[in-house]
Amino acid sequence: MEGTTSNGKFKVIGTRPIRHDGVDKVIGRAKYGADYAFPGMLHGKVLRSPHAHAKIKSINTAKALKLPGVKAVVTAADLPEAANRLEQAGEMAINPHHLSLNILARDKVLYDGHAIAAVAATSPHIAEEALKLIEVEYEVLPPVMTVDAAMKPGAPILLPDLRNREEGDKPTNVAQHYQFKRGDLEAGFKAADFVIEREFNTAMVHQGYIEPHNAVGIYNADGQATIYCSTQGAFEVRSLSAQVLGVAVGKIKVVPAEIGGGFGGKTTIYLEPLSVLLSKKTGHPVKLVMTRSEVLRASGPTSGSQIKVKMGATHDGKIVAAEVWMAYEAGAFPGSPVGAGAMCILAPYTIENLQIDAYDVVVNRPKTAAYRAPGASNAAMASETVIDEIAEKCGMDPLELRIKNGVHEGSPQVVGPPFKRIGFIETCEAIRHSDHYNSKLTGAHRGRGVASGFWFNAGMQSSATVNIHTDGTASVVTGSPDIGGSRASMAMITAEVLGLPVTDVRPVVADTDSIGHTDVTGGSRVTFATGMAVYEAAQDAARQLRERAAKVWEVKPEDVQLGDGAVSVKDTASFEKGEGKPPMTIKELATKLARTGGPISGRASVNARGVGPAFATTLIDVEVDPDTGKVQVLRCTVAQDVGKAIHPSYVEGQMQGGTAQGIGWGLNEEYFYDDKGVLRNTGLLDYRMPTCLDLPLIETAIVEVPNPGHPLGVRGVGEVSIVPPPAALANAIYRATGVRMTETPMSPPRLLKEMLKKRPGEESQSAAAD
Amino acid sequence: MHAFNYEAPSTLADALKIMKAHGDKARPICGGTDLLIQMRAGVRQPDFIVDIKRIKEMRELKFNAKSGLRLGAAVSCIDVAENADMQRHYPGLTEAAHLIGSLQIQNRASVGGNLCNGSPAADTTPALIALRARARIVGPRSEREVPVEEFVVSPGRTVLKPGELLVQLLIPAPAPHSSDAYLRFIPRNEMDIAVVGVGASVTLSGDTVKAARIGLGAVAATPLFADKASESLIGKKLDEHELATAARLASEKASPIDDMRGTAEYRNHVTGVLTRRALTIAAERARKL
Amino acid sequence: MAKKTLVETNINGEAVEFLCEPRQSLLECLRDVLELTGSKEGCLTGDCGACSVLLDGRAVCSCLMLGVEARGKNIRTVEGLANGTTLHPLQQKFLEHASLQCGICTPGFLMSATALLERNPNPTEAEVRYALAGNLCRCTGYDKIVRAVLDAAKSMKSGVSTSRAA
Repeated sequence: MEGTTSNGKFKVIGTRPIRHDGVDKVIGRAKYGADYAFPGMLHGKVLRSPHAHAKIKSINTAKALKLPGVKAVVTAADLPEAANRLEQAGEMAINPHHLSLNILARDKVLYDGHAIAAVAATSPHIAEEALKLIEVEYEVLPPVMTVDAAMKPGAPILLPDLRNREEGDKPTNVAQHYQFKRGDLEAGFKAADFVIEREFNTAMVHQGYIEPHNAVGIYNADGQATIYCSTQGAFEVRSLSAQVLGVAVGKIKVVPAEIGGGFGGKTTIYLEPLSVLLSKKTGHPVKLVMTRSEVLRASGPTSGSQIKVKMGATHDGKIVAAEVWMAYEAGAFPGSPVGAGAMCILAPYTIENLQIDAYDVVVNRPKTAAYRAPGASNAAMASETVIDEIAEKCGMDPLELRIKNGVHEGSPQVVGPPFKRIGFIETCEAIRHSDHYNSKLTGAHRGRGVASGFWFNAGMQSSATVNIHTDGTASVVTGSPDIGGSRASMAMITAEVLGLPVTDVRPVVADTDSIGHTDVTGGSRVTFATGMAVYEAAQDAARQLRERAAKVWEVKPEDVQLGDGAVSVKDTASFEKGEGKPPMTIKELATKLARTGGPISGRASVNARGVGPAFATTLIDVEVDPDTGKVQVLRCTVAQDVGKAIHPSYVEGQMQGGTAQGIGWGLNEEYFYDDKGVLRNTGLLDYRMPTCLDLPLIETAIVEVPNPGHPLGVRGVGEVSIVPPPAALANAIYRATGVRMTETPMSPPRLLKEMLKKRPGEESQSAAAD
Repeated sequence: MHAFNYEAPSTLADALKIMKAHGDKARPICGGTDLLIQMRAGVRQPDFIVDIKRIKEMRELKFNAKSGLRLGAAVSCIDVAENADMQRHYPGLTEAAHLIGSLQIQNRASVGGNLCNGSPAADTTPALIALRARARIVGPRSEREVPVEEFVVSPGRTVLKPGELLVQLLIPAPAPHSSDAYLRFIPRNEMDIAVVGVGASVTLSGDTVKAARIGLGAVAATPLFADKASESLIGKKLDEHELATAARLASEKASPIDDMRGTAEYRNHVTGVLTRRALTIAAERARKL
Repeated sequence: MAKKTLVETNINGEAVEFLCEPRQSLLECLRDVLELTGSKEGCLTGDCGACSVLLDGRAVCSCLMLGVEARGKNIRTVEGLANGTTLHPLQQKFLEHASLQCGICTPGFLMSATALLERNPNPTEAEVRYALAGNLCRCTGYDKIVRAVLDAAKSMKSGVSTSRAA
């Protein structure tokens, strides 16, 4: 690769420089969306439905408008009608009509927290008071809260015009039915020596980012609007907001602020169009920030699900058939990740005969949004625990079983062409060779469990420019908001190509006017796709630098090379007898740019192909209190194939972060709704995410099986680590207690109940003292 | 939040004056770690907030080997947790104070405030009950003492009448060979509200229990004194059988509900488990003295 | 509607005065009135610690304090941690250990960790975890945060100046 040292080893890639935006973040100077303030800015608040399912009979905003300090109130009447059909937007398809209804409800509210109106006032306290003065008349309807209830014949219908292909013109709550088939299921099960059939339920969970949603909208008299917001995708915000507001995309500029966590939940819009709408009505900038309660009630958690898995295997540990039925909660509007879940559920294994039926079901809960490998963790909870049972039945080490059935290059996928070079088996081996695996787990009530996971990762569109400054330093500009340290990796790739120190490259995350179209930071795609664009843009800059040097030296461009931050003439026959041209550093060359043709900027745009999917295998030790069912995580190791770790610290960080979320998912996180469909746990007290005291250090094993589709071998790393932990915990809990859990979260009351079932006669006495 | 007025009087007399003037529209604030949340949620909407943190009697922690402990209502949980007399003489109450919320919460919240909030799940209340604590309440014209187990009358409601303030908690000096313990069950390791809380104090004479008190939290509409369970231990040796009996009686005293923190069935079971464990720890500590 | 009142306090070593309504929390006053946006709002219920500041040396949730309660107190926020442009060892170690991904929880963690190390200069891993239990991080799984705090404790103990210019 151009720019590497002569021995072919990377100079910058693979090192651990301090991130360029780091200082601002540790001194509190970095600006997140809620940190923005503008002269004359007003504060907005949103009125939300207290009912899970109701018709809106009337909305009266007169009293609210009269409150001193209130400057405007908007409802769905202020938004145009939007097209009621599916359109592609990023990783998921969206229906503009549904998107608009989610921003502000029209005739119906479909979940507790559904937005109905928004107010702008001179202080957030006044805006809050104004909400209380908006009068809404509801006709309450029976709520439908589970996929079970929604799929029953005669269930109340949420969306009167929702249809699916199979039910024809019949109103339904089932938005989609996907089916994937391969081989001959019946023959497969017949050939099995034994069959295991289990049913699972996973509760709805939230991404849990610490920063609530925010937006500042500024509408100008010339019809141009600017939105400052914390988002994973400024271009996504622009196009979705334009759709909802009924304006051309070019009328909106989105400036991505620093973002305090997203994990998929900030790849869509909630407050952004409202901020513009209110700004238009008031003539002032308007800031809206969600409270935590609003985040939980009314942003986009991920689906709870019901999954039935039936797997057949032979005694020697070969899985010969698998049948899956899975139904995911879409929330109030279609679009759960059940399709992705279906494609992930058995992805790590070659199974000749399989059938997967997957249902996307609407229920009176908030519209689900992406959450780190959407759909895959639910699926793995089911499949990876059944696989554990198969291993046990065959008397095989569970890693051995996975290796035996595991996919490798050339193995078929559930959908799509056979796998190219992948590293699933290598992650299993990495666990097998880990300190953790090779240490004995001793002590009562302790167990060790393992599970694996798969995620496709995404390619999609990214743009990048690399600008050479007059002092020979560079900036690399992309449109990928930095949610986990990716900015540093962009600078590192640029520095590697140009041979500059990484501190001489300044990474910039630009707004929608200042960089070419770039899809969301999500899908584990930034280092892959934006990195690819950066790589190509840096190569473009390098080529221009060589050409410019050639011009200066009056030689042919193909005779100039760039390496270690300097241009030089290659040894060719033509120069054997002539004077040598001493190498020129980029610094020196930069001073000559103006006189030799002008500034140099490299640019590239990609719709990235060659995506490398990700696999992870996670090993967890637990201790279970036999008298309370409380689970303590003792030790955890995650092995993941990352292709090539550009900045190993941030790769480790992704692996550790996803693992921690998966552990929370498996142990204590869930949405509690009452029988009226009202959310009970609207705060972080009772939406229980792991604290520092709940987790051990998380050991990481970075596996690098280069992705042949990327110039640096990169695979996306951000998501897959969240997939194995719930199942790994379940498998560990089984070995500690003898109980196989089929529900998440495996909270103490649930686990103790199952444990006591296995201990007849103990319910009447207190459990034994320690 | 709704609008309100705020004052921080420097004497008890001034505080009582303000409380009297505003009746049930005034509410005292100490740590604010419950009150501000309730005010944001619209659950409590006082027009007048009286900050009691400057009042001398409220801020003092005084231990005397004969007369026991006078714990000012505004003494923060962290000051209790770090106090050498507290650690030595009332380790159960101390650990209860050190378990609440997070360090950030403990640095502001007070044991007195924890009690006045009137939550059945307050961590320090079962420990106070186990220690036979009394609440010293001062009103505009009189003062009274109320046993802590009678202080909370229903979730969020206490015996305090409009105009009254909790000024101190009074705890008898521990008899020789006495100690206490507090255990609570939470699903994580910190930050959660108790699903079950048990405070236990025992006084031993050799191996025999001379006195015992068990306080229960989060398993009824108010914190409870588990009278039968406590009495069952008097004059007995703290063996397997007695522990099992006390645990069973404590579970029977509890009348928990199903909620998002646990089922009634679960809470009944864990009440027994924690009663047994708390008694064991308290006895171990008592034996060492 | 309650009138605004004048609060005189000390923030990051400097005498400061500001106007606020009684209902404005200290967090609101810091962010919206004083434009010190380093302390963050995450939950408003004291469950996430993103708003943590030091009050007379103790970590507290500024969302659960009223601005008026700051009268006469010494408050330290993340903006006051560095010494001019020289980073505090904790800030430096957070950067070296990659202890931040999105960074929103970082100010709160830095303040809690500062309070810890000022009281307990040689904490164990368990003590660090306990002291930071009131600060939620959703990105890192806490691993690199804990390592950074332990490393900062080491370097502060040895008196080695490892902080780099900001």
